[in-house]
Parts: sequence; C-alpha cells; structure tokens
Amino acid sequence: MSKELVKGNEAVGEAAIRAGCRYFFGYPITPQNEIPEYISARMPEVDGVFLQAESEVAAINMVYGAGGAGGRIMTSSSSPGISLKQEGISYIAGAEVPCVIVNMIRGGPGLGTIQPAQSDYFQATKGGGHGDYRMIVLGPSNLQELVDLTYEAFDLADRYRNPVMVLGDGVMGQMMEPVVFPEMRDLDELPEKEWATTGRGQRDETNLINSLYLDPQDSYEHNMRLADKYARIKENETRFKTLHADDAEYMFVAYGTVARIVRKAIESLREEGHRVGLLRPITLWPFPDEAFEQLVEQVKGFLTVEMSTGQMFEDVRLALNGAVPAEFYGTTGGIMPDYRDVAEQMKKTMDKVGDAS
Amino acid sequence: MKAAFRRPESLTDVQTHYCPGCVHGIVHRITAEVIDELDLQDRAVGVASVGCSVLAYDYFDVDFQQAAHGRAPAVATGIKRVRPDASVFTYQGDGDLASIGTAEIIHAAMRGEKITVIFINNAIYGMTGGQMAPTTLRGQKTTTSPYGRDTEHSGDPIRVCEMLATLPGAVYLERTSCHDARHIMQTKRAIKKAFEVQEKGQGFAMVEVVSNCPTNWGMTPRESLEWVEENMIPYYPLGEFRSPEEVE
Repeated sequence: MSKELVKGNEAVGEAAIRAGCRYFFGYPITPQNEIPEYISARMPEVDGVFLQAESEVAAINMVYGAGGAGGRIMTSSSSPGISLKQEGISYIAGAEVPCVIVNMIRGGPGLGTIQPAQSDYFQATKGGGHGDYRMIVLGPSNLQELVDLTYEAFDLADRYRNPVMVLGDGVMGQMMEPVVFPEMRDLDELPEKEWATTGRGQRDETNLINSLYLDPQDSYEHNMRLADKYARIKENETRFKTLHADDAEYMFVAYGTVARIVRKAIESLREEGHRVGLLRPITLWPFPDEAFEQLVEQVKGFLTVEMSTGQMFEDVRLALNGAVPAEFYGTTGGIMPDYRDVAEQMKKTMDKVGDAS
Repeated sequence: MKAAFRRPESLTDVQTHYCPGCVHGIVHRITAEVIDELDLQDRAVGVASVGCSVLAYDYFDVDFQQAAHGRAPAVATGIKRVRPDASVFTYQGDGDLASIGTAEIIHAAMRGEKITVIFINNAIYGMTGGQMAPTTLRGQKTTTSPYGRDTEHSGDPIRVCEMLATLPGAVYLERTSCHDARHIMQTKRAIKKAFEVQEKGQGFAMVEVVSNCPTNWGMTPRESLEWVEENMIPYYPLGEFRSPEEVE
C-alpha cells in the first residue's frame, strides 16, 4: 500500500469511488469544487454517473431518487449549498434513503466567506431540515481519516438506511497530505436492497419510497421507529479519540481541523509541564457523551475550541451537566485559531478553575 | 366469456380520494391501461408529486417514490440514471410543475432526460383549497385572486408546452384534454406515445392534460368540463408542440 500525496477534496472523490459510489449529483460552490471536478473525470472510468444538477435543490432530490432506486450515492457542497439541500435531507431521512453528503464548511451566515469554519455544526447535528430526524455526522481531523470515514460512510448509510454527513471544512478540502487509499470495493458484494424501487419485477409487492403518513397514529409509529433506530446508532456507532487521557488534569474538546491546532497547543503546554489532553469527537452525531462521564473524576476543567462562537460547546455542556467547569474559545467567520492563542486560553482556564477550587 | 370492462392490472383496488367529477381518476386509469398495454408494470417506477395526486402511489400498482413539491423530475432523473431499464414517470399538477418546480422540469427537458411526465393543468391549487396558480386564467377568481387574476399584478398564465418546445431535449410535447370521450381517447394515445418515446430512448416526453377542478372552480362536473372547452382550451391550445418524428 503506497502513500499518495493528494488534495482533500480529491481524496474524498477517490475514497467514494473505492467505496462503490457510482452516482454523484452536485452543483459548483467554493471551496469544494475539486470534489465534483475529480469525480466528473473519474466516474466514466468505472462506468459510473456524474451529473451536474441545475441547483443544490435538484441535486439532493436526484440523490433521493437514485438512493431510493438502490445505488450508492454521494453529493457534496459547502455551507450555503448545504442549506439549500435541507428540504431534501429531511425527505431522505423520513423515507430512509441511504446516501452520503459532504459539507466542506465555509464561514456564514448568508453568503459569508469562502474561508474555513465549523459554524454548520448546529445545522448538521441538530437537523437543518424539518422534523424529528437525526443524521450520522462524521468529523475527520486529517486527510487519512477523511478518506477512511468517507469510505465507511457508505456502509453506515446502507446499514441504517440513513443519510450520513462527512463534515469537513475549507482547509481540509484544500490542503494536501499523503494518504493510503483503501481497496476498491467489489460491487457484487454490496448489500442487497430489497426495498429499492427497481421496478417490481418478480416481487409480489410493490416498493415505495415515501415520507408521508397522513394518519397521525401511523406518523407517530413511524417517528418512534426512527427514534429506535437513532438509539441503536448511538449505541453502536459513537466514536471519539483521546490524547493524554491517562494523566490529563485539563482537557481540550475539539474536532476536525481545530483538533490539529489543539494538538500543537498541547505539545507546547506539556513542554511547560502542564498536564493537558484532548477529547476529540469523531461522530458529532451521535455525540460521545459517555466519554465525558469517564473523564469527570479525573479532569478539573474542559476547554472547548471551535471555529464558531460555540456550537459543539452546547453538547459539551450537556454531556458534562455541570460536573466540572466548561470553558470556550472560538474563532469564527473564516478565521482559524492560532495554537499560541489556544494554549494561552487553556492557561486562563486553568487559572480560573484553579482559583475557584 | 370476454370481459367488456375491468380494472387495469396496474391500478390497485383502492377507492381514490379525488372529488366527484375530477379527471384525475380518468388520467390514472388510462395511464394504467397504457402501462398494461406496453407490458411495463414490472419495470415501471412512478414519482408522485405534492398536490391532489400526492397519494398516486396508493392507486398505481407499480413501484413508486413520493417526491417533495416540484422536485419530481429531479427524483425521476436520479431513478432513471440508476435504473436505465426502468420506465420512469412523474405525475404532477400545475402548482407543482409550473410554479415551484419550474427549474426541475426545464432542466430535465434540457438534458433530454429519458422520463415520461404526465402534467395535469387545472389552473388552480386544488389540494390546498383553490389558490391562484401560475396557470390560472386572466380574470379567473381563486381564493388568493378573489377579484380575478390581474395580469398587471400577477402576469399572464404560463404555457409550459410552448416554453419547453424551445429545448431540443424535449422530443415529445403534447397538450390534450379530458373534457369529452374523444379527447380522453386522444389523451390516452398521447400518454402511450410518451411512454414509447422513453422505451426507444429518444429523450424527454411530456403530456400536458388540460383538466378541471369542479370543487375549487365552484361548478358542477358538467359545467367544469364546458368551462375547460370554452375558457381553458382557447388559452391552452391542444396539439403536438414537439414530435419525436422531428428528431428521428
């Protein structure tokens, strides 16, 4: 297995094709354009379909149709485009159509900026569309993880018949790193989708992809069945990683690109003798609440760092439930935090918590 | 003994929710007859839209997807690209296709998407209770144009067949009506042709059926069919706007 030096957006495209994705529907938006560009060149080599839609709205509805017809489907966009896809994502969740959606986040609100941000955390994890649904949200922190999670996202989508979002940011899409690509999936070994609208063929019953339940009792039961599924996902798929959890007195909480910056801050703080560590959620939904429960006995305080004004921070506070102090530091609107500022903020957190105790 | 009349195989044995006198039931039936006659039941995938025909999936005995408002042509595109051997059709009203779904229908036609579109134009939003549609006639009263459609304020009604006829990918476009038996038979011929165009892989095919809405027009079924003939057809002329022969 040789390493290849690739750009993040192109790595996503190659990982998807290796995962067996053969249908891609998208619309141009910066900073993710290299994903559709790469796939438009690559798909014909594997007899797949790349289609540039007339809008993000059309693209996500093509995903709905194609996913409902049983294909492995991906679409990608960046923040304003993901906002446009929310209607479709709600229908996809309601009708339980498996698909993978990539968001290379840029700063908002509105047209915002094309620079990186993490300010779509609420939209991704709390349901940007209407209704009581959840989407599996994966937050890779380097390009190898971006490749591996994109590859696995298709299996998660199929296993739970649920949309899966890969949540990156403008930095991750544009940067280059060496990666090892996984094996090309054998399409014959992908799971059968006996529920798909393939045309009835020899089936006794017709198949229906639908999210309409006019009878409130039916609607209630549908929602409760979805809730059971979401509980199963939380049980089985919650993921996180820790750094220096064995001896840390204070911990950062960060995901994605910011977690890399935090690692650098941790290095400099530990050189000064501070026992600091990192808790890095990999699944942003389901959020790794239990990871905090394991740490509250040992850790005196948590500092959450994000490229937003504090979105994941709300989940951190819910997970901690007041057990230990929780502080926040963020940069937003397309500005990335500097590791020196991050280290400085941790010292302030230590002083503040230390003074209080 | 030969059966003189029976339910098409491609229709379920379910009573529809359509109002008395509405032609949706007729168009459903002739579409199902066409699916039977062309032996497409095992390969057909329908796409239901949002509007009165939202529950079409309960009435057609074929695989179906229910689409968001206006998005049926995009959904059908996704299905057809994954299942090129399927016979994919949408069934949409004028609020769905000619208002919120204009981008999707134009671009499906532009791409020459190999799908069949059945477009029911009754000049009003039926399901939501009779609001003005982009197809509502000049001066026509609806619940949101209570003084009649004012073209200074809301513009003139949109003629979809004529608009799509500028696109090379739209190889078959025909407008028909269901206001009498002769025109119903013509509608069936047109729908059959629209499925055959897809089978031959020629491109995008759409039949616009000028229809009625006795409930929201405030008319008896008979009055509404007369109103179709006297008011709708003069503005929405019947006939072929694009013929597949032109492209062969």
